[in-house]
Amino acid sequence: MGRYVVRRLLQMIPVFIGSTFIVFMMMYALPGDPVRALWGERAPDEAQMAALRADLGLDDPILIQYWHYLTGLLQGDFGTQIASRREVIDVIGQALPATLRLTALAFLITVVVGVGMGLLAGLRAGKAIDRGILFLTLLLISVPVFVLGQTFQTYFGTRWGWVTPTVQDSEDWGQLFLPAIVLASLSFAYVARLTRASIVENRRADYMRTAKAKGLTRRRAVSVHLLRNSMIPVVTFLGVDLGNLMAGAIVTEGIFNIQGIGGTVYRSLNSREGSTVVGIVSFIIVVYLVVTLLVDLLYAVLDPRIRYA
Amino acid sequence: MRGARSAKWVVSAIVVAMAATACGGGDDSGDGDGEAADIVRVDGGEPQNPLIPTNTNEQFGALVIQNVFSKLLDFDDNGEIYMVAAESVESNEDNSVWTVTLKDGWTFHDGTDVTAQSYVDAWNWAANIDNNQNNSFWFQDIVGYEDVHPAEEGAAPTADAMSGLQVVDETTFTIELTTPVSYYDYKLGYDAFTPLPESFYDDPEAFGEHPVGNGPYEFASWERGRAIELAAYDDYQGDDAAQNDGIEIKNYETLAAAYQDLLSGNLDVIRQVDPRDLPVYEQDLGDRAINQPYNGIQTIVPVWYNWEDTDPRVLQGVSMAIDRETITTTVLNGSRTPADSFVAPGVYGYQEGASGGITDYDPERARELVEEGGGVPNNEIAIQYNSDGGHQEWVEAVCNNLIENLGVTCVGDAKPDFATDLEARDADQVVSMYRGGWFQDYPLIVNFTKELYASYAQSNYGRFNSPEIDELFAQGDAAATLDETVAAYQEAERVLFEEMPAIPLWYQNVNGGYSEAVSNVRFTAAGQPVLTEITVN
Repeated sequence: MGRYVVRRLLQMIPVFIGSTFIVFMMMYALPGDPVRALWGERAPDEAQMAALRADLGLDDPILIQYWHYLTGLLQGDFGTQIASRREVIDVIGQALPATLRLTALAFLITVVVGVGMGLLAGLRAGKAIDRGILFLTLLLISVPVFVLGQTFQTYFGTRWGWVTPTVQDSEDWGQLFLPAIVLASLSFAYVARLTRASIVENRRADYMRTAKAKGLTRRRAVSVHLLRNSMIPVVTFLGVDLGNLMAGAIVTEGIFNIQGIGGTVYRSLNSREGSTVVGIVSFIIVVYLVVTLLVDLLYAVLDPRIRYA
Repeated sequence: MRGARSAKWVVSAIVVAMAATACGGGDDSGDGDGEAADIVRVDGGEPQNPLIPTNTNEQFGALVIQNVFSKLLDFDDNGEIYMVAAESVESNEDNSVWTVTLKDGWTFHDGTDVTAQSYVDAWNWAANIDNNQNNSFWFQDIVGYEDVHPAEEGAAPTADAMSGLQVVDETTFTIELTTPVSYYDYKLGYDAFTPLPESFYDDPEAFGEHPVGNGPYEFASWERGRAIELAAYDDYQGDDAAQNDGIEIKNYETLAAAYQDLLSGNLDVIRQVDPRDLPVYEQDLGDRAINQPYNGIQTIVPVWYNWEDTDPRVLQGVSMAIDRETITTTVLNGSRTPADSFVAPGVYGYQEGASGGITDYDPERARELVEEGGGVPNNEIAIQYNSDGGHQEWVEAVCNNLIENLGVTCVGDAKPDFATDLEARDADQVVSMYRGGWFQDYPLIVNFTKELYASYAQSNYGRFNSPEIDELFAQGDAAATLDETVAAYQEAERVLFEEMPAIPLWYQNVNGGYSEAVSNVRFTAAGQPVLTEITVN
């Protein structure tokens, strides 16, 4: 098990280098020049542009630039932004806490509500509650997140005043609750569908009959045997989804004014701040890699027949 | 047992991951000084550049700079000059040397005196090519600029200071220009011409995070990604001292979010509402809604490398086939005012109806003009625009007008973002026409004509080239007085409508508003709220 983890961690290195290379090249291939963009509509001062490029190392050949970037990265230097001259690590560090809080809360809601509803629907398959949950989840899956977000914001925030319409302080978990529900809505609907399908299938499995035959209470049979065995597809989905919640929250962030990773990467992309985009994308890649590893390890926990050596 | 051992691994991996991410999380927030002071909350965003006046040329940074620094002079809503930090700005007889006299007793927020030397040193520093300031070109009229800012790429400066800047005494300095300009005082009204304190030169980088100016507000704090706070400066000597205790510039990801905050009382002044809220905001806010044009214009610019051989009457016809009134009120929801000139109304030298009817909607006359001129080349028009800026709707509406009234094909040529749009313009690769936008640097007719349509103008991406126009601009620049200059430029504008280097569409509007918590909110012709005048109820 230990060796397996170490091997997987080592495998991450080439994946990481390869993906930063691809993103770096993609940024370079985009039309538009970040130094030129500093002047906007106005024609730039050629001599000043040349001086700036030399200062930032942007006049080197692209492969040399990538080499500088990669060696810097290994020493913990994520580079400097072109317009603001800020360290990219500061920019990421400023956006990350809000995103992490929002993601954590949304993920918690996804797991608790999604699995809870799925379990309920699966155990009561065909009954009214199952139909009700089917209706709710289909609704959430089909309504675009910006419609849901703006509706919630208008009613709960502006009209009824239950919460502030936007997040005033991203360190206040209470204020993050509404955006987290909006962000999580699509995910927990999926999780509920997945869990339900899995439960319905496994409910009739042999081991459930055995459990009943050896006299386990229904509660124990469901929570220890049925749920654990039904979780494998759900955990797979949750693993991928964690990354989506983190990097794909740009619409929710915009509606509720959360200064997170999504908005930062969008702005950086627009102003062609290559090092910022590559830095954030690399970070997200690491998150995906680590989560995938965790999911694979969780398989072994959930199903003892799966072993890693 | 196997399962339990695996679980241990999972748990330790999670712990490691949590520990790694926790590093970023623990910043403390030190708010809690209550709402006792009269603070005005206004919407803003993350400044793009370090907060140095000569490096700021976008709206979020400018909002801070314009309130932390006082300029030598400023402009009223008709584009006329009044003095702020200067006692007087006067030229010699041939406009080649300008003498600036400062008002007495002004201090920077760190308590040091504002002197003539503070200005001269700041401008010399900013003009120096090694200091990489985006606005360095603003000093190019001054004698000696070439020495600190050589034109060849990669050349090193040969001097530390521009010889054209001379300190006369504590409060007086002179500016010698390479070529006489009768309206140089207008240029001095740009943000770049501000002084810097001694402490700046010790650490420009730290200054960029916490600027120290001479303006009505001193910079208090900057909580990245959340807000910038400014406090009223008690020892401010100017006439425009703050009527409130301070400003909080709140950071917004979207205009729509800011509007929701305004409605719910979490924001006091909004500078622009989201296009989505345009249809309702005047109803929501009542007399607290503000809708007025400012000194920005939108045009469509035919690129001369493809239109040169076409009779200008065709372009006049195209202009008259566009129903500006209907498009601005319907598609644009009143966020623009139809243009009747190349110059915006708050600009000195603007004449009402300067277009002589060429910006009026008259489909019949339009068809006649196009026919007389020999028709639109290939019967095709494409309007290039950046699709991330909310332009698609009006481009389509303009195209529909042209298709309907002129029987040509017209399509929008969408570029994914502004950077891509600019690249096509820089490289002379625009197919037919592009969306032009211009916002004043200084409110004088020169800024809206010469800077865009002179053959040598750097922002002339349409590559329009007319010796006659160039000659009229040159006459205007050589004129002895401002009035003569303006007269020459007005004549040039008349000729511009004969040659049609661009088709003026409309002026930009401020669509702003304020909450019930504040009063005395006014926007300038530059489109910005006058923060110093706002009082908290």
